[in-house]
Amino acid sequence: MVRFLIKRILTAVLTLTAVSIVAFLMFFALPADPVTGMCPKNCNTERLERVRDELGLNDPKPEQYVNYMKGIFVGRDLGSAQGGQCDAPCLGYSYVNSEAVSDTFARVLPVTLSIVIPAAVIWLVLGVGLGMVSALRKGTVLDRLSVGFSLTGASLQLYFVGAVLQLVFVYTLHILPTPGYTSIFDDPLKWASGLVLAWWSLAFLFSAIYTRLSRAQMLETLSEDFVRTARAKGLAKGKVYGRHALRAAITPMVTIAGLDLGSALGGTVITETTFGIRGLGRTAVDAVRLGDLPTIMATVLISAFFIVLANIVVDLLYAAIDPRVRLG
Amino acid sequence: MSLSPIDEAALTEGPQAPGDAVPEAAAKEFVGRSPGQLAWARLRRDRTAMISGVTVVLFLVIALAAPLIERLYGVGPYQQFQGQLDGAGMPLGYAGGISGEHWFGLEPQLGRDIFIRLVYGIRTSLLIAFVAAVITAGTGVVLGVVAGYLGGWVDAVIGWIIDFTLALPYLIFALAVVPTAALRFYGPRDNPPDWFKMTVIIGIFAAFGWTATARLVRGQVISLREREFVEAARASGAGLLHMAFRQLLPNIWAPILVSFSLALPAYITSEAALSFLGVGMVDPTPDFGAMIFKSIDFMQTDPAYLFFPGVAIFVLVFAFNLFGDALRDALDPKSSR
Amino acid sequence: MTEALLTVRGLTKHFPVRDGFRASGAVRAVDGVDFDVRPGETLGLVGESGCGKTTTGRMLVRLLEPTAGSIEFAGRDITHARRRELRPLRQDLQIIFQDPYASLNPRHTVGRIVAMPLQVNRITPPGGIKKRVQELLELVGLNPEHYNRYPHEFSGGQRQRIGIARALALRPKLIVADEPVSALDVSIQAQVINLLRELQRDLDLAFVFIAHDLAVIRHFCHRVAVMYLGKIVEIGDRDDIYERPQHPYTRALLSAVPDVTQTDSSGRIRLVGDVPTPLNPPSGCRFRTRCWKAQERCATDEPALVPRDGGVQAVACHFPGPDGQDSDGGTR
Repeated sequence: MVRFLIKRILTAVLTLTAVSIVAFLMFFALPADPVTGMCPKNCNTERLERVRDELGLNDPKPEQYVNYMKGIFVGRDLGSAQGGQCDAPCLGYSYVNSEAVSDTFARVLPVTLSIVIPAAVIWLVLGVGLGMVSALRKGTVLDRLSVGFSLTGASLQLYFVGAVLQLVFVYTLHILPTPGYTSIFDDPLKWASGLVLAWWSLAFLFSAIYTRLSRAQMLETLSEDFVRTARAKGLAKGKVYGRHALRAAITPMVTIAGLDLGSALGGTVITETTFGIRGLGRTAVDAVRLGDLPTIMATVLISAFFIVLANIVVDLLYAAIDPRVRLG
Repeated sequence: MSLSPIDEAALTEGPQAPGDAVPEAAAKEFVGRSPGQLAWARLRRDRTAMISGVTVVLFLVIALAAPLIERLYGVGPYQQFQGQLDGAGMPLGYAGGISGEHWFGLEPQLGRDIFIRLVYGIRTSLLIAFVAAVITAGTGVVLGVVAGYLGGWVDAVIGWIIDFTLALPYLIFALAVVPTAALRFYGPRDNPPDWFKMTVIIGIFAAFGWTATARLVRGQVISLREREFVEAARASGAGLLHMAFRQLLPNIWAPILVSFSLALPAYITSEAALSFLGVGMVDPTPDFGAMIFKSIDFMQTDPAYLFFPGVAIFVLVFAFNLFGDALRDALDPKSSR
Repeated sequence: MTEALLTVRGLTKHFPVRDGFRASGAVRAVDGVDFDVRPGETLGLVGESGCGKTTTGRMLVRLLEPTAGSIEFAGRDITHARRRELRPLRQDLQIIFQDPYASLNPRHTVGRIVAMPLQVNRITPPGGIKKRVQELLELVGLNPEHYNRYPHEFSGGQRQRIGIARALALRPKLIVADEPVSALDVSIQAQVINLLRELQRDLDLAFVFIAHDLAVIRHFCHRVAVMYLGKIVEIGDRDDIYERPQHPYTRALLSAVPDVTQTDSSGRIRLVGDVPTPLNPPSGCRFRTRCWKAQERCATDEPALVPRDGGVQAVACHFPGPDGQDSDGGTR
């Protein structure tokens, strides 16, 4: 187990290093001048040159990379124009937001988590629940409905659903306020009412794949010999399904959940844009629009870090749930 | 996993496929029915498959015949009908200006015809999705076969590349790459031509999309690799090419086809999402995502503008998803049940 | 005595077992096997499951890479020959598989399956491939009209005939038959065995016939080699092995064959215990842990496969032959 973990972490470090190099090459080493995009409208050549120098863009590329990575682990001095000393984890300084990138993230991360975590709870419960129920009631109207529901969800566009929900609940029925973010610590009710549409539109789309998968998996498990044997020897239905089937069916779900984090991140980008909430996703979109390279770079690195981390956790969970899986 | 009760029956009938199969077999005594023919027979009897299949074909025809439809309809995608808008730029008449002349009404402010723009939007969308799906399927199959059949360090390297690709946040990468590439080749002032943007988008889809097929094919190949018919070919001295194309691929084209057909709606969705976020196709090019993005501003005053593109892309994706599912059922009756 | 077609010396296959990062041991599936096969001769390879007989067969046709030892075929060393070097030899050396369901590509027609060895080696026989394939189908007792059918339309016995036709396509001199009938119904087994016997006589084929069924071996083979835990414990002519078995293991195996003429089962030797793991085989004689004759010497000295009385029968045992005075009787 420990050995597996070490091996897995080494691979993860290698992967993340590769991601950082690729991201760095793409964004910093491209001949297109990032400063032109980054600098506000009336920039003269002299000012451009100064910004370029402060950003270290006149240094050789490998040196820039090393400096950047050094900043993440031990911090670095960015010079007075960029807020002076920048402590680890230093992700650079954004001219567009006039603050250190890590400060921006500290501000927007709670927003994104407020959207993703409740939404993930909803879509997992909804998706797996519907899938299980329709597998147990295979062929009934209930089954048809949930299969139809999941196919519809899988075919809908997040922004379209979001817009329609907003139109109905906010502008027509007036039962919800205009979507927005309030800290849960300030006003939990306002927090929930401002985000509930975002949760449900994300959850509706993402639960679809879980419904399909858990239904298929459950059906397969139900037809397996050990479940049939358990039924045949007279164990109560509920007991059999509770003990054997559910466990076997949930196992692959865990894997998907890990792989899905990437698309969930993509989902928040669209959700935040649709509802006009400023979280990680919206920040990334704006950074791209305004050519804010340090912020883009940091977004890529942080997302990659979480995806890799999630996959390690998934592997461990997988082994914990399913004793057949040997780590090695 | 389809909605139709018909294919439930198809399953119980099994691969023997009675009904129309029997007289055919009796007439030509010694012509066997290949697994592919059996799957086709199953598909033919699946009502969901037929309906969604026809819808898919209809969309393909619309995409191919868009210029013809434009001539018959008499309105072009860039034509503006300012005369039919009110002072605030909203279309006159009910439900966004629906009339015999403008079937789905007009856009607010610019006054362009929504129907013909949707027709061309299907064209944009399907073109990108198809090319991307073909490239990803090809790359995935080649790398998957190589990794699965050769194993060892080749497998390890390809496996690592897959993990690496999956660790990259696709959407954020796409967000960053599209404008950067445009900036690189066209500078900050020019708006790059459509074909350039399409190429970049397809390139991004290809770079990120091949992993799923590669994994699938790799797994299939590994399970086939130790099968005795593969060993028989090896014992006869078959090389990698014979193995891949003659022995292995004929046995895995079914899941490849299914993943291809399900990749299409996924790319349609992704392309529209990129356009919605402003990095894909942009106005004036007709595109679902770009249209919906614009329509959100008019959501309260002109809901029809939101409704038509939203429903159109839903029907398109839904038909492809249904057909992909039905195809899976027909090709592998054992799976997903 | 004619020159051997196939000469195997010290053939060994170890499968490394990994524990995390490094190899921590090896499964000694085959551990130093010697035998010869002459042209037109059938050698039976018999033993319990897991004794290494299938692994040996796969090494002979180079589906597995031997860890050590040598394989010489028609005077050429093919132990580590590459694919291109093997090509001309492939035509002379073919294999028939155990499972008639897994050994035929389900997506190919019978015609394509049988023609595969010809196509892979780019051989066009006089009269064309189709004609040759139809001849082959006829040769193995199938209707040549079945050319365009798919494997799923045939029964197990018919499928095995297709596999045989495929192995014959290149007119080989030696065929490794890996349990060719054990997956078939008993009534079908006899038909397939008889077919193989006819082919063997008509085409002057040599066989390495792998089986666990002693009756089948007796019916088909000229010579028999008995394997236990990756080693040959006894090898000799069929009649010698069946009438005068020398190794205790051979005797135990033979006594386990049910005999309908004998209602009394007292002659049966019951072996105690399980086959030890090939990951860590017993020292000295590998059979000693289950042998009723085992002495101290068996744990220290490994018995070599030595010919008995200058004949062709060879036994790897310190105490061969019928039970002597040192035995407490063969039955347990």
